[in-house]
Amino acid sequence: MNGLTRGSAAIVGAAESDIGAVAANMSPLDLMAQGIHRALVDCGLELRDVDGIFCAATQARTSAMSLCEYLRLPAAYTDSTIVGGSSFEVHVAHAQAALAAGLCSVAVIAYGSTQRTVGRRQASAREYNPYETPFRPFLPATAYALAASRHMHEFGTTREQLAEVAVAAREWALLNPVAWEKKPLTIAEVLSARPISYPFTVRDCCLITDGGGAIVMVSADRARSFAKPPVYVLGCGQAITHASISSMPDLTVTGARESGAAAYRMAQMRESDIDVLALYDAFTINTILFLEDLGFCPKGEGGRFVSGGRIGPKGSLPVNTNGGGLSYCHPGMYGLFLLIEAVRQLRGECGERQVARAETALVHGNGGVLSAQATVILGTQATV
Amino acid sequence: MANAPASPLGVYLEHLGKGELAYQFSPGANAAVFYPRVICPFTGRDDLQWRVSKGLGTVYATTVVTPVKGDPYNVVLIDVDEGFRMMSRVEDIAPLDVRIGMRVKFRVHAAEGDEPPYPVFTPSDAAP
Repeated sequence: MNGLTRGSAAIVGAAESDIGAVAANMSPLDLMAQGIHRALVDCGLELRDVDGIFCAATQARTSAMSLCEYLRLPAAYTDSTIVGGSSFEVHVAHAQAALAAGLCSVAVIAYGSTQRTVGRRQASAREYNPYETPFRPFLPATAYALAASRHMHEFGTTREQLAEVAVAAREWALLNPVAWEKKPLTIAEVLSARPISYPFTVRDCCLITDGGGAIVMVSADRARSFAKPPVYVLGCGQAITHASISSMPDLTVTGARESGAAAYRMAQMRESDIDVLALYDAFTINTILFLEDLGFCPKGEGGRFVSGGRIGPKGSLPVNTNGGGLSYCHPGMYGLFLLIEAVRQLRGECGERQVARAETALVHGNGGVLSAQATVILGTQATV
Repeated sequence: MANAPASPLGVYLEHLGKGELAYQFSPGANAAVFYPRVICPFTGRDDLQWRVSKGLGTVYATTVVTPVKGDPYNVVLIDVDEGFRMMSRVEDIAPLDVRIGMRVKFRVHAAEGDEPPYPVFTPSDAAP
């Protein structure tokens, strides 16, 4: 029970900013503004129509304030909730609530990062944690590697099965013209790549790119007046189980169980109703954990489930069709890009990588170190 | 109201300085609490008690970090016998030889310069 109404709001515009490696001296705010401009063009609205700003950034501590200045929107309703990469899935729920309450009528959710250009350390400085920092964990990779070690121990998951996730993402990326990675990848290449934090090599880890983007949300009654088909918010859920990996209750079970259950309940759907998935793949173990916790396979079976290319372009379950954080783009916080790809799939705009007859999409955001889980279920007009 | 005489981290570090691994116990929840806090996350009460661990535990999860410069080292999560989990490092063993389920014993990594003491572990033969 989250107080939101199934289908009461819709995404009507979606766009990336420049991604990959952006021009020298572009700022995170420049990328947000560029994404907003393109998303407004995508739906035919003007900047002056926007009266709700939802954003998060690691390079702008008061990102909503900065964005309101940049866009000269002094009266906008603002929400700069930040829970890591899933912030934008949380923003969808918050925007839906704000639209229903009349706090705003055109909500924009935006992100921008120049972490490739300025370096990860400068883009996202780590806070000192007296109970973790002395042991020099290479965060976030080490935290996810610890979860992977536990999954391998309890369920017999193998490094080859983890690598299947990276290979599937790469095969999808080869179908996406704007994906960062352009060359095929094999399981053997994943295993023999540079070690980062065992069992992960660099190919088990997300990219480090620049990038940004925006989506535009309005209430359902207004959504039908746009040229492109609206994508309705059918379900939302979130769960925060911890902030630091040493406080995660069980390293093989994520809060996606709770966030997914809440989203399914609101959407009045179950996993078999979902046509296309966008799961936050910061590391290869993520996809396996989320497939389990969102009900697509039993707990512990994720490694075997993804084997044989099941989640790749030739497989039976389409997951991360843009190439994911592993092969398409990962500018620090990736959650917004999951939403953009889901919107494009449900509009039928994905060209070579288009999933046939996609009417429903499950978007799952992950923030921190498996800490903040947020699920959004989206659907076409036919699902409302 | 008087200020608290010491912070949770301050008390914890003071124990480490004496060679002790301290944790808190919640009488209301009958459970260990770690990291140290001002109030109990189970009950919301400010009646947490300090206790000293016997220093024995089991490796819950393990990884080996390979830095760009320098030697690989392990980072582990330890389930300490009194019922709390913490991050640490297992020493006196090759990093990749650390196994989940391995029994380990606490020792203090002494303070160096500005760096406060911290708890590390070594392999132990003691049964759980």
